[in-house]
Formats: sequence, C-alpha cells, structure tokens
Amino acid sequence: METREKEVLKVSAINNGTVLDHIPSEQLFRVIDILRLNHSQNSITFGMNLDSKTLGSKAIIKISDRFFEDDEINRIALIAPNASMNIIRNFEVIEKRVLSIPETITGIARCMNPVCVTNHQEIETKFKTVEKDGNIELRCHYCEKTTELKDLKIISSNR
Amino acid sequence: MAKSLISIHDFSKEEILHILEVAREFEQNKSQTFLSDKVIACIFFEPSTRTRLSFETASNRLGARVIGFPDAGNTSVRKGESLKDTIKMVSNYADLIVMRHPLEGSARYASEVASVPVINAGDGANQHPTQTLLDLYSIRETQGTLDNLTINMVGDLKYGRTVHSLLQAMSHFSPSYIFTAPEELKLPEEYKTFLQQNHIPYTETLDLNEYLQSTDILYMTRVQQERFTNPMEYEKVKNIYRLDAAMLKGVRDNLKVLHPLPRLTEIANDVDETPHAYYFKQAENGVYVRMAIIAYLLGKR
Ligand SMILES: [Zn+2]
Repeated sequence: METREKEVLKVSAINNGTVLDHIPSEQLFRVIDILRLNHSQNSITFGMNLDSKTLGSKAIIKISDRFFEDDEINRIALIAPNASMNIIRNFEVIEKRVLSIPETITGIARCMNPVCVTNHQEIETKFKTVEKDGNIELRCHYCEKTTELKDLKIISSNR
Repeated sequence: MAKSLISIHDFSKEEILHILEVAREFEQNKSQTFLSDKVIACIFFEPSTRTRLSFETASNRLGARVIGFPDAGNTSVRKGESLKDTIKMVSNYADLIVMRHPLEGSARYASEVASVPVINAGDGANQHPTQTLLDLYSIRETQGTLDNLTINMVGDLKYGRTVHSLLQAMSHFSPSYIFTAPEELKLPEEYKTFLQQNHIPYTETLDLNEYLQSTDILYMTRVQQERFTNPMEYEKVKNIYRLDAAMLKGVRDNLKVLHPLPRLTEIANDVDETPHAYYFKQAENGVYVRMAIIAYLLGKR
C-alpha cells in the first residue's frame, strides 16, 4: 500500500491519455526516444527508480491526450517486454493492454554487424524478430546476421 | 520487384533442380545466342577475376553484351556516389545486374532498388549463391543424383560461406555429412542445430584420413587468411590438411574431390592426375550454371 501512495505522489494522475507502466528504469530514455516523446507537444510526466515487486526498479510515463496504435507501441516491447499500457479517460483506466513483440522491426535498431550495408549507406534497417533459447534476437533483413537484445543500439530520433 | 538471386534460400528445391537441368542443356550446347538483344551489367565493387570472367563468359555465350567495371577504383562510387544511385543508373542501362560488393547485405539492398533482376556474385562474407548452385551441379553430374550422398567437408568450416550455403542447399536431398576441421575452425553451433532440426546425420573429426573410405564427395576448402584477426591462429591451422594421391588409395570409385578454388596447399598436385580430381571441371561448370541462372531470371528458360 505504501509504495502505491508514494507513486501517486511522485507521478500525478492524468485526465485523458496513456500511462506506460513497468518499464525497467534503465530503459526509460530509450523508450522516450523510440516513441519520439522528446518531440511531443503533449504534457508528459515520468518517474524512474520507483519500487517494483517484479522489476526491482521501474519507470512510468504518463502522456496526456495521446493514444498509441498497436504497431507504434509494440516497438518498445523489444526493450521493455513487461511494460503495460493503460488508456485513461476521465481519470479512469478504461483499457489495459499488454505489449507483444512485433514480427518485423523497421528503423529502430542498428545492425551490430560492422560490415553490414545499413551501417555504411543511408538505408532504413529492417529486422525479423526470432526467438532463440527463450530470448529474442533480431535477424537483419540485409546481412542476415543476428543482433542480440543486449547489444541493441537504438537509432536516435534526433537525427 | 524483379525476381533476383541474392541468397540460395531465394530458390525453392524445384527451382534449384530446374536450374541444374537448364545448365546441362547449355553444357551440351555451349553457344546459344538468344540473348543477343540484352545488355548485362557486371559491376564489381571489389575485384574477383575468377567470378567476373565466369559471368562474362556466360553472358557472352548467351549472346548478350556486357558492360560494367572490374573494381570500384575509377568509378563514381569512389567519388562518393551512393549504392542506391549507382544501381538506379545501371538498371536504366542493363537488363540484368551481376554485382559483387564487400558490404554484407548490399546485394539484397540492390535488388530492392533495381528495376531489373540482380544476381549476387558475393556480398562480403555473407552469400555467394551461384557458387552453391555450381557445387550442386558438379555433385549431380559426378554422382548421377543429389540424393542420399555422403559429403565430407574439409578445412575452414567456421568462416567458409560456401560450406554453409552448400550444407543448407544439400539438406533438400537427405545427405549425410562428415565435417573434418581443426578445433579452431569447427562448424558453428547454429548449423549443427539446423541439421538436427532437419534430422540430417553428421559426424565430426579432426582426422582427414578417418572417413575417406566412406565419402562420396570430398569438399575441400582453403583457410582464408583475411578471416583471422590473430595471425598466430592462422599460422597454427593454415597447413593443417593436405590431400595427396596416396591418401586416395582404396576410396570409393565414385569419390570426387571438389574445391571452390583457388587452392593453396590443401590439395597436392599429384591429385590432379587421379580420376577423383574434379575441381577444374567444377570451375568450368560455373559458366553453364551461370548461363542457366541468367536465362531463368530473364524469363527465357
Ligand atoms: Zn545487417
């Protein structure tokens, strides 16, 4: 109970919009980057290093008056697979969605292969997500090499 | 998007068998000039004389005219032109593009940008599908079949892309594999997993002599210095296998020695005189197979 109250104090409630919860704290800024929230005009509040039973430390983002399509929000599933999305209308959660990892990933991540053509020419990257031993890997559409999630580099939206 | 050949996986089993049939037709009748109204671009962003000559011979035997460049040296690429712009320009001139490029994935990208078919003549260490098809052709010509053969792959099984492509392409035809390699150059786990999933039996050995008697195809490879970051590692394994004529005593009559060439020390010259040597004929086969691929992609076979 105590943790919930603290959270409420730290991150104020929103009237209408989207709440992204259970983001690992260390991924907060990558999530902001992938969703291009740094270019957003909406009012946004976020908190990080909040206590979480499952993650140890989590981050939360609240975006007013903004709603996401599935394929838009699923892009963050790569780095925050346990994140949840709550849709808020009139201060109430009207829908809770879990994320799923999309089959293809376009233009978010870099290929880790230094001699991949996408690292030398202006080409939008494209990957297939494949499961290997319970982990997700990205198989490059071009060089056919796999990038593990731990090596994942996000292409900054500030370009 | 025009049908291209970028990776051996782009062709189904039926398409592979079709290409091999057409290649045999061209071997029996070497000059068929039905592409005399076509222009084929052979653009090589890194030099490979062997592969380029094979493609140019194939194009010429089909009657097509060839344009292109043998390396990126004096081209607009050197002046910083993007791959996309080069491909766009060349596809306006030519009916088909043969491309070799040092960057992995460059051929797939070119096929997406081009308005004409693209044949990958090697994209870095990634794919070289025409080599795989000529290997398959050579195997079938020497054994009379592709089915149920024992293929013994020798040498650099870790970095050798021809080995990886061939073992995947042959998996359509229920083979058994023997992998002869030193510890440092063993076949990567991902390919062993692939074989297990497809229920294809394989054995591994360090000793080239161990399974020679039960081999149908002895596929020798060169240990490529450029793949090694540590020169000491290369020195340790560069001369590890050397096949000579004496070692081939008592092997199966149908055993043929294949090698993608050029060879270094892994096949002694005295093997050339045995009935088991096939590597020079294998290189010649490359012309017929490339003729078949060109004709197929242009919708003429
Ligand atoms: Zn890549």
